[in-house]
Amino acid sequence: MHSVEPTGRKPRRVLSTRNIILYGFLIVAALYWLLPLYVMIVTSLKGMPEIRLGNVFSPPVEVTFAPWVKAWDSACTGLYCEGLKVGFWNSVQILIPSVIVSIAIASVNGYALSFWRFKGSEFFFTVLLFGAFIPYQIMIYPLVIILRELHLFSTLWAVIIVHTIFGMPILTLLFRNYFASVPAELFKAARVDGAGFWRIFLQIMLPMSLPIFVVAIILQVTGIWNDFLFGVIYAGTRNFPMTVQLNNIVNSSQGVKEYNVNMAATLLTGLLPLVVYFISGKLFVRGIAAGAVKG
Amino acid sequence: MASLTLRDVRKNYGDIQVVHGVDLDIVDGEFVVFVGPSGCGKSTLLRMIAGLEEITSGSVCIGDTEVNDVAASKRGVSMVFQTYALYPHMTVYKNMAFGLKQAKTPRKEIDERVKAAAEILQITDYLDRVPRNLSGGQRQRVAIGRAIVRDPEVFLFDEPLSNLDAALRVQTRKEIARLHERLETTMIYVTHDQVEAMTLADKIVVLRDGRIEQVGSPIDLYERPDNAFVAQFIGSPKMNFFNADDLTVDAGGLLGRELSADRQVGMRPEHLMLTDPANAVVEGTLELVENLGEYALVHLRTATGVEFIAKTEKPPQVPKASTVCFGIAAELAHFFDANSGLRLA
Repeated sequence: MHSVEPTGRKPRRVLSTRNIILYGFLIVAALYWLLPLYVMIVTSLKGMPEIRLGNVFSPPVEVTFAPWVKAWDSACTGLYCEGLKVGFWNSVQILIPSVIVSIAIASVNGYALSFWRFKGSEFFFTVLLFGAFIPYQIMIYPLVIILRELHLFSTLWAVIIVHTIFGMPILTLLFRNYFASVPAELFKAARVDGAGFWRIFLQIMLPMSLPIFVVAIILQVTGIWNDFLFGVIYAGTRNFPMTVQLNNIVNSSQGVKEYNVNMAATLLTGLLPLVVYFISGKLFVRGIAAGAVKG
Repeated sequence: MASLTLRDVRKNYGDIQVVHGVDLDIVDGEFVVFVGPSGCGKSTLLRMIAGLEEITSGSVCIGDTEVNDVAASKRGVSMVFQTYALYPHMTVYKNMAFGLKQAKTPRKEIDERVKAAAEILQITDYLDRVPRNLSGGQRQRVAIGRAIVRDPEVFLFDEPLSNLDAALRVQTRKEIARLHERLETTMIYVTHDQVEAMTLADKIVVLRDGRIEQVGSPIDLYERPDNAFVAQFIGSPKMNFFNADDLTVDAGGLLGRELSADRQVGMRPEHLMLTDPANAVVEGTLELVENLGEYALVHLRTATGVEFIAKTEKPPQVPKASTVCFGIAAELAHFFDANSGLRLA
C-alpha cells in the first residue's frame, strides 16, 4: 500500500512558545541548582582578604590555589593538622573492601534466591528485606557492643563490616530481581551441561549481569563515600573517613573561619561521587531498568 | 545408548500431585514422544528424567542404574530447550564446548567433537558468532549441536520447535528425524503438536492430568485409540463423537453394531463419505464449507444439535442449510463407553 506522505525533515520552529517555556524553565532550574556550586568554586579560589569584602558572587580578582593545597595537605582537624588527605586515604581503604565484599555477597545471595530456591528461601528474603525498613539508628548501639566483643571496634574492619551488613537488603533485592529476568532454561541447560552452583554463577551468570554490577557499584561507592554516621561511630579517630574530617575542618570552633579552605575541602570530598555519576549516568539507568520489570 | 525405565513415578508440588504414578519402558534407540495438552505433566516428566526436577516417589532408571539421586550432568542425558537456552555471551563454539569443559575433556577431543557436530548440523561457518547474531533456526541447530557433542545416552527435547515459524518447523523436524536415524540414540521428545508426534515417533505416550492415557505407535493410536480422549487428541480435525440418537435409524444396521444410550460412536472426519440417504449413518444440515483446494472441511449439525466435521475431496454441491448424508465403512467407526470413555472391543 502506498500513500502520499510528506518527505524530508519535519520543519521545526525553534522559538515556539512551547520551547521558550520549556527551555526557560529548565535554564532557571539549572541555574538555581548550580548557583551554590558556583559560589563554592569562586570562593575556594579567592584569598581571605577578598572574601572579607563580601562580594559572594563576584569572580576572584586574584586566582589562588592555596586554599585547595591547604585543605588537602595542612588544614587542622582537631589535634592533627595534616589536611584532608588522611581522610581521603581512610575513605579509600574503607570504600574498596566494603564495595567488593558487599557486592560479592549480595550477588551470590540474589543468584541463590532466584535459582536455588530452598525451603524457606522466600521467608529468608522477607526477613532480609524487612531489615531495610528498620531505621538503622536503632541498631547502632547493639552493633557497638557486638564489635567491641569481637575486638574490632574502632578499626577499619568495623566500618567495612557495618557497610556490608547495611548494604545487604537493597543489593540482594537488586540482584535477585535482575536474575529473575534471566530465563530459567539457561540455568537448567547449564546444569545439564554439568556446571554446579559456583560455575554457573561465575561462568554463566556473572558475564551476563554486568549492567547490574555497575548499578550496584555506583550505589555502594556513592553511598559509602558519602557516609558520615558509621564512619564517625565505628572507625575510631585515626581512621575517620573524609566526610568526618571535612566536618571537623569546617566546624572547628577555634581560630578564623577560612571559608576558602572550607569550600575547597567540601569540593574535594564531593569529587568522587560527582565523577562516578558523570561517567556512569547512562549505564546506571539502563541497569536499574533491566531488573525493574520482574519482581 | 541406553534403555529407560520409569516405575510408578510421581511428582508433588506441596500438596498438589501433578504426576500420578507413571510406568513406562523405553527401548534402547527408540524415539519416544510425550504428547498431551498443556499442563498434562509431560514437561515435568521430562525434567524428572533430566534430573532438573526432584522425583517425589518411584524410580527412574537409565540403562540398569537408578538415577533418582544422580545429578543431571551425571545421567548421560542432553537436553534441547524450547527457548534454545544458549549462553548469550559465548560464541557458538564455546556454547558447544561448555559441557565438555565441565567434564574436563581434553582440549583436543573437545575441538574434534565440536567440529564433528558442527559438520553434521552444518553450522561450521557460525562457530565464531554469538547467539544473538543467529536466526532462530540456526540457534536451535546450535542447541541441538550442544546436545550432540556430549554424546549422551538419552536425548531430551522439550518442545524444541515451538519457537520456530511454520516453514522452519517442518525443516527442523526432518533434521531431527535424520539425526535420530544417524545417531540411533534413545530420544525423548515433548510436544503438544500432534503432527510432530505422528511424524517423528516410534512410540507416542499420550498424557493427561499427569497420567498416561495410552502408549503405542502413531498408527496404533490413530487406528485403535484406547479411549475417547486419545481418539480426539490424535488426528486433525479431531474425531466426531455421536450418541446413538444423533445417528440415523439405520446406523446400527449399517455399522453392524448394536447402538445404545451408554455407548458413543467416534468417526474421523476423513472417513466420512458423501452418500445417498439409504446408506446414511449420519445426516446433518450444512453450516459452513472450508474449501482448501486439496480437500474441503464441511461443518454440519445433526438434527439433535451435535456439530460435526467431514473432510471430503470435493465440497458438496448443495446450498447452505440443506441436509447432507454421510456414510462410513463399518471397520472405521470407533465405539466407546459413554461413561468411562473406554474403547469397546
